[in-house]
Amino acid sequence: MRILLDTVTVLLVSAGAVFFLAGTVGLLRFPDSLSRLHALTKADNLGLGLVVLGLLPQADGVLAALKLVAVWLLAQLAGATVTQLVARAVRRGGEQT
Amino acid sequence: MTAALVLDAGLALLVVAVAVWTIAAGSAFAAVVGFVAFGLLLALAWVRLAAVDVALTEAAVGSGITGALLITAAARLRPSEPGSVAERPGAPMRAVAGALAFAVFAGLSALVLLPANPAPTLAPAAAVHLPELGVGNAVTAVLLVYRALDTLLEKVVLLLALIGVWSLAPDRFWGGAPGLRPSALPGGELTLLGRLLPPVGIVVGIYILWVGAIAPGGAFQGSAILAAMWLLVMFAGLRAVPETSQRWLRLVIVAGPAVFLAVGFAGFALPNGFLSYPARFAKPLIIIIEVVLTLSIAAILGLLVAGPSECERQR
Repeated sequence: MRILLDTVTVLLVSAGAVFFLAGTVGLLRFPDSLSRLHALTKADNLGLGLVVLGLLPQADGVLAALKLVAVWLLAQLAGATVTQLVARAVRRGGEQT
Repeated sequence: MTAALVLDAGLALLVVAVAVWTIAAGSAFAAVVGFVAFGLLLALAWVRLAAVDVALTEAAVGSGITGALLITAAARLRPSEPGSVAERPGAPMRAVAGALAFAVFAGLSALVLLPANPAPTLAPAAAVHLPELGVGNAVTAVLLVYRALDTLLEKVVLLLALIGVWSLAPDRFWGGAPGLRPSALPGGELTLLGRLLPPVGIVVGIYILWVGAIAPGGAFQGSAILAAMWLLVMFAGLRAVPETSQRWLRLVIVAGPAVFLAVGFAGFALPNGFLSYPARFAKPLIIIIEVVLTLSIAAILGLLVAGPSECERQR
């Protein structure tokens, strides 16, 4: 059982890391601000989501697991808001590279 | 073990790299972004050193509130920035600055590389009296008992800083509302965040304050979170920025240092000196000081970011 849970953790966290890597590559390589934001959201939502999901089996009880999920939800909320704000600023101020 | 070493080495390299990038950044805004990232990485480094109290403070105050202060400053300075970048200090000035920076670097390196053996520590002495104080977190005990005078003076310095910021207001605006402008479209995404986040943030802030007695946390970290929530609500335009002449506002600002001072002077009468707590009442007194301080610091930090008055007094 332990080994099964550990395997799940390793797989999901690794998958999350892949999304973070892809998001970072996109952030560095994409040509304009809006596409870079698009790349970032992948790291924020899916990357962090998979990491949290992978850490759930390792959590110290239900409360700790809920805290992890809360971290993900808060990061989602903050990330989505900031993305909207940055995108609006880009639209208003014109493209800056 | 080696995995931890790789992580630590990578973190250390990253901290230095971001620091260099911040110094080399072309614009003030980019430098502030670098500074905030630097603060967050530093907080991670403190966690790796098992100094979670310091990490929380670094993330909340060093990176968060200071970052907000610097961002507003950078935004204000933007029009005059090209001119100030153009005037570089002369060669002697740069040589002196470089020499001083190198002296600090050399001193710190010597401290780290040639540590005294055994390293001098007061940790055992600090830990011995924790049960008498009823405070489980040694850092809180140091801040509010052993070195309470330092903490008190720190809060007075914060108060002085706020007075300094307020004094920048022109005479005709004295006592008016600070220049913070809501930057949100009505009904926009910031409005949503300003409604969703504060209930969570306020609970987290109070929790951090409360848990500071037994675990990492405390008044400063908690109040930084509360200040952030207040600022968010003001930036979202959900609540107006209060005028600096409001009586309640000034009372809240002064309450923390005042209560701290009152308890300090009571120490003369009851136990045996300034800022010494009577036995058995240490814990309740510490909690009272912490709670009032948290409110005051939160208000001061928020008002520091809000800036000097820029509107005429309405009332």
